[in-house]
Amino acid sequence: MKEISSAIQLIPLENYIVLSIALFSIGMMGVLFRRNTIAILMCLELMFNSVNLLLTAFSAYHSDPSGQVFVFFIMIVAAAEIAVGLSIVVMMKRNVDSVDINLLNRLKW
Amino acid sequence: MVALNSYITLSWLVPAFPLLGFLISGMAKNRLKNNQAGIIASILVSLSFLMSAFLFFALRSSGQESATVTLFNWIAAGDLKIPFAFLIDNLSVTMMLIVTGVGALIHIYSIGYMHGDDRVNSFFAQMNLFTFSMLLLVMGANYLILFIGWEGVGFCSYLLIGFWFKNPAFNYAARKAFVMNRIGDLGFILGIILLFFTFKSVGFTEVFSQAASLHSGAPLVTMITILLLVGAVGKSAQIPLYTWLPDAMAGPTPVSALIHAATMVTAGIYMIARSSILYNLAPVTMNIMIILGLATAIFAAVIGLRQNDIKKVLAYSTVSQLGYMFLALGLGAYSSAVFHLTTHAFFKALLFLGAGSIIHAMGGEQDIRKMGGLRKKMPVTYFTFLAATLAISGIPPFSGFFSKDLILSKAFENNPLLYILALGGALITCFYMFRLLYLVFFGSQRLSTVHPHESPRVMTFPLIILSILSVFGGFLNIPSLFGGDSRFGEFLNKSIISAITEELGSATEIGLIVSSLILLGLVILYAYRIYVKKAVIPVADGVSTNIFSKLIEHKFYVDEIYSAVIEKPFGSLSDFFFNKVENKVLDPAVDEVGILTSKLGNLVRKLQQGNMSFYLFAMVAGILLFIIFILIV
Repeated sequence: MKEISSAIQLIPLENYIVLSIALFSIGMMGVLFRRNTIAILMCLELMFNSVNLLLTAFSAYHSDPSGQVFVFFIMIVAAAEIAVGLSIVVMMKRNVDSVDINLLNRLKW
Repeated sequence: MVALNSYITLSWLVPAFPLLGFLISGMAKNRLKNNQAGIIASILVSLSFLMSAFLFFALRSSGQESATVTLFNWIAAGDLKIPFAFLIDNLSVTMMLIVTGVGALIHIYSIGYMHGDDRVNSFFAQMNLFTFSMLLLVMGANYLILFIGWEGVGFCSYLLIGFWFKNPAFNYAARKAFVMNRIGDLGFILGIILLFFTFKSVGFTEVFSQAASLHSGAPLVTMITILLLVGAVGKSAQIPLYTWLPDAMAGPTPVSALIHAATMVTAGIYMIARSSILYNLAPVTMNIMIILGLATAIFAAVIGLRQNDIKKVLAYSTVSQLGYMFLALGLGAYSSAVFHLTTHAFFKALLFLGAGSIIHAMGGEQDIRKMGGLRKKMPVTYFTFLAATLAISGIPPFSGFFSKDLILSKAFENNPLLYILALGGALITCFYMFRLLYLVFFGSQRLSTVHPHESPRVMTFPLIILSILSVFGGFLNIPSLFGGDSRFGEFLNKSIISAITEELGSATEIGLIVSSLILLGLVILYAYRIYVKKAVIPVADGVSTNIFSKLIEHKFYVDEIYSAVIEKPFGSLSDFFFNKVENKVLDPAVDEVGILTSKLGNLVRKLQQGNMSFYLFAMVAGILLFIIFILIV
């Protein structure tokens, strides 16, 4: 634990923040502008993980392990979420033979 | 003592029998055939009468003055604790005997009178419901149960006045009775509320024991008694709320006999006699009652002089007799009022049932100008009607003589002027009753299209019983003047605190009786000369030229005045509120709220287009806005 923390602290905090913002923005743009549902789900994962990265970095710099515990929770939730998301995608593929997000507006009423 | 209490706990059976009858005839009204409903109803009310008589003897032999039977705790909220309880004492037992006894006879009579009517089962159901409510009224141990009965009888009266509801005029009469009663009931319930605020209870025993500590003429007691009086004035048809009673004659004749002569209209008298302790503390209210009672007695009698509908004559006579009872109440002679109530129940029920028998024989004709010569064709009806007429006129030894003479002598004690006015009313009563008798039974038959015949035995039997009661009912209460012991009055005085006890000197009283008898004899002779010797038949409506007779013929235009002063302005006010306020302001306002909501919904609906990327965009935009907002503020 000690070694991992000190390894993390080898790189300055600003770099982590910049990387996280970059990853989050990429993920957000992907969610907003992609039409492929699988790609959207992947971008969503990207956003999750940028946040996880930031949490780990801050946790190391603050010598507070609770941030890393939090990361595990987020990963579990993300796994559950992606299971549901992917099964929706499978059903989409089966029913309309497409994974285009805009086709979901047929569920409107 | 123990035995008495165990008997008296059975008193709930008295109202239970008519309630059962109501449920049977009401629920099985499509199954009961012919006279079944009538027979069931009559038997149940008779059972109720037997039970009342049983209670009467149980109470008398026990030597106890009153007993309270608590069935269950009805309302318990903070200070307000109201048990569902019956008060059995001399006054309530007397009323129970009158209600069930006269009621049973009228039920039996109705079997004959209502035979063949389409809705005869509903009729008996409603009559039973009425009897039940009336019994609640007289048996209740607190003002609230009295009030339930009070409203119940008012409602049944409404139903039965409008029994032949296909005639719009009858419906109008029913509504009029209901609304008039409602005005009185408002006063009554305000009185009950004020009673509760004053005494923290509405039970008779609690209220009366606390009232003893108040001093006479206290404004609070005066206020309570006046409010209760308003209720009594509405129910017992006194000026100014009397106009509903003559119109209530739209109902079947047995209904008029039971509800609008013998029992319901006497509820006000009962209630005031029951509250005698409160009224003794309010001399102002007592004076109001004297004035109202006397005015009603004379006013209604004068109107009765020129009525030509047999039932209308009797209706005005009822109003007038109720006025005498109010006079007696106002004089503080409560037991005399209840005694007159009792004898009046006998002879007025008899008069109405006799009138029903005549109407039945005349094929529905109610105009006395078209009758005549019925004496030979309907001997039983004639003799019973004659007995009732003599009783109401106050001819000794018929029952009305004893009760009316008692009231007149009390009036003389108070003020000779009251006596003269009351005697004048009695003379008018005598005149219009003999006018009715002569026009109906004497002379020759004036309507040749009908062939009158005596009514069936089921109708004449109650007439005979009631005529026996009308003739001998007065012997219940023979005053000491004639060597009696005023037994009925003494009996009632155990439950009622009378304000006056002193007796007139016997010389004065004999003088009064003799002079009133001479006057009555003269009046009867005068009526005989006009209507039998000269065979004068009252002129048709609207022909009389004399201003005074015109006034009487139109009942002093009271209905027209009420219509012009209250009904019309109120109607136009309602029209204004309906057409202008309701239709132009309130309705559009309510509609506008609905329209606005649906328009707003339409606007927001456009956002819900199902486009997932738009939702995501909106979400991100929202978060961004939120962050910006936090950063700025």
